[in-house]
Amino acid sequence: MDYLKAFIVGGLICVLGQILIDKTKLTSARILVFFVISGCILGGLGWYQKLVDFAGAGATVPLFGFGNSLAIGAMEEVKKVGLIGAISGGLKATSAGITVAITSAFIMALIFNPKEK
Amino acid sequence: MAKHIGKQSIELEKNISIISTSSIVGTKEGEGPLREYFDVILTDNLNGQDSWEKAESKIASDSIKLAINKANLNPSDINYVVTGDLLNQCCGSTFGVRGLNIPFFGVFGACSTMGESMSLGSILLESGGAKYVVCGASSHFASAEKQFRFPMDLGTQRPPTSTWTVTGQGSAVLSINDNGPFIKRITTGKIVDLGITDANNMGAAMAPAAADILYQHFQDFSLKPDYYDVILTGDLGEVGKNLLIDLLKNKGYDISKNHKDCGIEIFENKRQDTHCGGSGCACSAVTFAGYFYNQLKYKKFKKMLFIPTGALMSPTSVQQGESIAGIAHCLAIES
Amino acid sequence: MGKEISKQEYQKMVEKKSPNSPILYNCIKAFIVGGIICCIGQFIMNCCRLFGMTIEMSQIYTSSILIFIASLLTGLGLYSKIGHFAGAGSIVPITGFSNSVTSPAIEFKKEGFILGLGAKIFVVAGPVILYGVLTSVVVGVIYYFLL
Repeated sequence: MDYLKAFIVGGLICVLGQILIDKTKLTSARILVFFVISGCILGGLGWYQKLVDFAGAGATVPLFGFGNSLAIGAMEEVKKVGLIGAISGGLKATSAGITVAITSAFIMALIFNPKEK
Repeated sequence: MAKHIGKQSIELEKNISIISTSSIVGTKEGEGPLREYFDVILTDNLNGQDSWEKAESKIASDSIKLAINKANLNPSDINYVVTGDLLNQCCGSTFGVRGLNIPFFGVFGACSTMGESMSLGSILLESGGAKYVVCGASSHFASAEKQFRFPMDLGTQRPPTSTWTVTGQGSAVLSINDNGPFIKRITTGKIVDLGITDANNMGAAMAPAAADILYQHFQDFSLKPDYYDVILTGDLGEVGKNLLIDLLKNKGYDISKNHKDCGIEIFENKRQDTHCGGSGCACSAVTFAGYFYNQLKYKKFKKMLFIPTGALMSPTSVQQGESIAGIAHCLAIES
Repeated sequence: MGKEISKQEYQKMVEKKSPNSPILYNCIKAFIVGGIICCIGQFIMNCCRLFGMTIEMSQIYTSSILIFIASLLTGLGLYSKIGHFAGAGSIVPITGFSNSVTSPAIEFKKEGFILGLGAKIFVVAGPVILYGVLTSVVVGVIYYFLL
């Protein structure tokens, strides 16, 4: 059951992205930025967490989830340490993802060369 | 001496002859319908180099040497090489020509570069300032994507209006007299910009420039479109071709019967997934140097109008919201 | 001489002549591939849970593993092929973020480790991190004053 929910919710979020790309001719960089900012706002309002509870990876794997983690991280940290948490919380919650992305990118760049499509 | 005719044209008096051509293309072009007409088809688009840019320079240098060779000349016989490409500061050509020891004019006309270099080459010969001139243009799919769009390995979809940058270089050796085919008339294009900003719809950005120059050419020489066996534009692709035919109909000329476009000829769009067709400097350069030069040489066509088209822009200009300016250069070639 | 065409008229002409993206077909492809990537994520998450991790911990593991796999596929030249088929289906998941970090790193290493690979690695990811973090700071500050 949790796979079905993840498939449908994750798939629908991607369809939203596809419609944006085809209708607005936005480049993929802009799409990524749009999804992170929206995820962050939805997370800040506390709405996105409900979707995460419902769909699991279907909501955390799309970039909305990355934005949501940033927002939740900032709010949790504010609860713990006060205003300074707004600055430190976001990156703290997403540090693993960013670090894995840049370290594995570096390793891949050492090993591989660009390939023509 | 040459005469300035009408608003934008030159009538050449000496017999400016295209004595040889050469074309080197990448793997994808080598799978296309014109493959038999290319001199060299690469088996690897890195061409034995360690970057796309160096691969492009090597293609440029090899193609120029091959064209000189095919004319039974030595590089020391050549007075000028006029060539260009799409990369920043014309680096593709610069480092290709570097080792040749021939006086060099680097030109930029985006994808219309072949028209620009052949026009300037003809004028050099007509002026009496040169005996042999090599004209060319190059582009490389990967170096162009890297500079103008995204890294190769970024997973994006290409919209249906997009075109595929041709990998290769086409070169032509020009001289006076000899057996032809001959460049008879030149019409030089002005920049025409109808406000297209979509960098994935180059055909639409260039079609007004092609329509403008064709109209001017017919006016300046009082010719009708059916005077020519073929009217060959550079890289308008499917969308640009339709727009051009409509734009010219508005101005009273019908070219729908004898119009062809290099971008449509070079690939089989459906099978090769190239969407609207080929583009880039090399698109018109290799299609002309390969297939169409052959047809003129063996008199399959007698009179051809060759109009390489270019979309003038840079990544910076696009990011600053500038529209894409079009240009086209017109050469009448007769055998 | 025929009438000169205005920019607006030409824009309309171009829109009429330009083929549109096959949006329904693209959406179906995006739906399926995006759904599959999320299912793989769910699978990793369920495995983590089996090892007794907390939900937060398993989410971090899931993202990290997906990011690594996407980075590897990018290096092997396979992710661009998936992306060509799936469009947003492979851009919107966290794997698309990973692809956007790895692909410029590979492409620009010829320009050196510092200003090539080092600087260009953030050419797509930089704006994502910048605007994401910026929004999270705003969210945190507002939250502080509401608390």
